[in-house]
Amino acid sequence: MSAAATLSARERARAWRRPPVLIQSAAWRYTIYIGFLAYLVLASASVEVNIPRIMEGLDRGWRFIEGFLVPDFSSRWTDIRNGLIESLTMTVTSTVVGIIISVPIGIGAARNVAPPAIYLTCRAIIAVSRSFQEVIIAILFVAMFGFGPFAGFVTLSFATIGFLSKLLAEDIEDIDARQVEAVRATGAGWWQVINYAVQPQVMPRLIGLSLYRLDINFRESAVIGIVGAGGIGATLNTAIDRYEYDSAGAILIVIILIVMVSEYASSIIRKRVQ
Amino acid sequence: MLRTEKLTKTYRTGDKALAEVDLEVPAGQILGLIGPSGAGKSTLIRCINRLVEPTSGKIFLKDQEITGLSRSGLKRTRRRIGMIFQEYALVERLSVMENVLSGRLGYVPFWRSFTRKYPIEDIEKAFTLLDRVGLSDHATKRADALSGGQRQRVGIARALEQDPDLLLVDEPTASLDPKTSRRIMRLIAEICRERSLPAIINIHDVVLAQGFTDRIVGLNAGRVVFDGPPDALDTEALTTIYGEEDWAQMRRASDEDEDDDDQASPDIALVASR
Repeated sequence: MSAAATLSARERARAWRRPPVLIQSAAWRYTIYIGFLAYLVLASASVEVNIPRIMEGLDRGWRFIEGFLVPDFSSRWTDIRNGLIESLTMTVTSTVVGIIISVPIGIGAARNVAPPAIYLTCRAIIAVSRSFQEVIIAILFVAMFGFGPFAGFVTLSFATIGFLSKLLAEDIEDIDARQVEAVRATGAGWWQVINYAVQPQVMPRLIGLSLYRLDINFRESAVIGIVGAGGIGATLNTAIDRYEYDSAGAILIVIILIVMVSEYASSIIRKRVQ
Repeated sequence: MLRTEKLTKTYRTGDKALAEVDLEVPAGQILGLIGPSGAGKSTLIRCINRLVEPTSGKIFLKDQEITGLSRSGLKRTRRRIGMIFQEYALVERLSVMENVLSGRLGYVPFWRSFTRKYPIEDIEKAFTLLDRVGLSDHATKRADALSGGQRQRVGIARALEQDPDLLLVDEPTASLDPKTSRRIMRLIAEICRERSLPAIINIHDVVLAQGFTDRIVGLNAGRVVFDGPPDALDTEALTTIYGEEDWAQMRRASDEDEDDDDQASPDIALVASR
């Protein structure tokens, strides 16, 4: 007779516990918990807090908010308009170019449709593109191509490739393999399999991701402008440097409005392509 | 028509799915392939059009050796082998018509399939086939708008659109209700007779297999353990294929089933399919 059978069901029910999820040994578990807690306390204590400086900053922040509450669209309107047009141009062109380059790389980076050599190459391209934040890439390209929107365009295209290719590749890897098998069984070639079995399955998501990236690229265009890549970010940077917080407030409001409009538009489009 | 010689498949995990299977299917014969799960039924039919690459052995279709074909030769041979799948394997987001026309992918160049500009005869054939399977009104619907039985009919039309010399059918009724199952099996059998098209039907339901096939082959652990007419499939044979079970009970149920075939009482068929 086994040990379990000699105990009643009630006894076994009392003895039952949820098994530990991650760390089996109780001693190790508590050592790690306490160690982490001690580190957290010491680490927070080591952060220096300069109270007088914060007070001064609060004052400056308040002026900023005041400027924001009474935005001044008129005195720097030409600069704002030019910056905005530059940013929008940068956003649209870099997104389109990014998508055009991302689709083949994304297909190549999907393990289930690409041969190993191409798979590794495309994954390497994605890894390089994703390992740097937009601002860092922008600093590099501004140094290479000089100040202005061209550096911004190259930066955003480059960043789009990493984002879109990776997510497209993952979506392709998740498709229903039976549909691919069925199309392959008809004698279809590789391009036909991509066109008939893969494309219909990933198209809605590709459209959704592209719209989402358009959104991100617009917001990023404002950020990279600060490091010299042109667009509305450059205008914003100038306004803040001149302590013209009312103009800066106006620029921020314009950015928020455009992001909201594109967010709303993309949600409608995404609903319709399902 | 179709002949395999010592067909063997060993998966990379070391599982021997097929062990020296010798099989010959004459023209016009409907062969039911039965056996327990994991017996190698699916592997066998996928080896025939090399969706699964055989480890050793030879396959001949009309004196052409499939096992030695190059990639382009394989494409040309695959288009002559129609395949019908468990759970239909239609491209869900394409229309019924595009799904049927995808049966021509092995015949048309990429630009034609990409622009959906198929030769007029192909489109005419597709409409004729949709009439034959009873889906004339559904040509423009998306495949995911159809019911299970309708989808499998599209699957049948797609396979026939290939003008096949052989049909490979993988569990055609596995996700259908008993009544629809019988109808689909009857449709497949009728079409095979009309065109004297040979078929290998891989099926779990022994009663359906007996009802609609000319010959039964029983597979167990990758070996042919039974080969004979449906009537010869007695208790002893079933025990060889599947192992010990109360087969008489299934037999009684199937006898009653024969009596009221048209109403195909669901609960009886359920007992039978156990």
